[in-house]
Amino acid sequence: MKTRIFVTLKNGVLDPQGKAIHHAIEGLGFSGVHDVRAGRLIEIEHESGVSKADLETMCTKLLANMVIENFEIEQA
Amino acid sequence: MRAAVIQFPGSNCDRDMAVAIRDITGAETTLVWHGAGELPDGLDLIAIPGGFSYGDYLRSGAMAARSPVMQAVIKAAERGVPVLGVCNGFQILTEAGLLPGALMRNAGIRFVCRTVGLTVENDRSVFTSGYSVGEQIRIPVAHHDGNYFADSDTLDRLEGEGRVAFRYAENVNGSARNIAGVLSAAGNVLGMMPHPERMTEAVHGGLDGRRLFEGLLRQIA
Repeated sequence: MKTRIFVTLKNGVLDPQGKAIHHAIEGLGFSGVHDVRAGRLIEIEHESGVSKADLETMCTKLLANMVIENFEIEQA
Repeated sequence: MRAAVIQFPGSNCDRDMAVAIRDITGAETTLVWHGAGELPDGLDLIAIPGGFSYGDYLRSGAMAARSPVMQAVIKAAERGVPVLGVCNGFQILTEAGLLPGALMRNAGIRFVCRTVGLTVENDRSVFTSGYSVGEQIRIPVAHHDGNYFADSDTLDRLEGEGRVAFRYAENVNGSARNIAGVLSAAGNVLGMMPHPERMTEAVHGGLDGRRLFEGLLRQIA
């Protein structure tokens, strides 16, 4: 099985990388882009016995820093 | 006095830290590899040095914070052993939950490597007794992820409890309320982005970092 985990910065946490990417997009001549926020995609291949609860624990204990980040778990 | 400096794959200030501790405090200083399940007995000080542990993979300090030796460091901190984390060490201490908040990418995106002015905010801890509150000191920084973040309730609590140890005189990285170093609730854990071990001999251009280690010696010995 494959699970995709999206880790993103919480609302209200400044994202200097997203800002720099936004600036670069505008530098390429694209207009109409309001905001860019950068996150991380983690793909996990695992056996079906790995539960959603296990995946959530992986997120809270390691994959996301709950002080600044949220996560979403997407199972195929 | 007995001290340990923890080494992770990618640490690069471990030797400088060990030399500073050994030369200034005279402590018997042991380097401890990250895979160690136990620390030497009878430690008076544990230092987590700067560097790029595990290549900063996932987040700065995230992998190191979950390594075997950190379980022993957490237990020692809970027993009251002084733990000093500098730069990557500060990042590791927040990731390990020994200090609140997080160190994010510098607001200006750039790696900042220069000597900065700091204001001493606490002179009562085991680490900061060599300074006076309000004093300006100069210590070098060298980091990409030094932008201290915590929610406003946490920041209010840190300030209210006197747990901000140092503030930047000029905000070099976007840190909330100019915070450069914070103490744990019990006061025996200090995390700071500036490198006191890099300001300990005249040839370094100043001695303001030396006083942190001299203060530690007076408090511990």
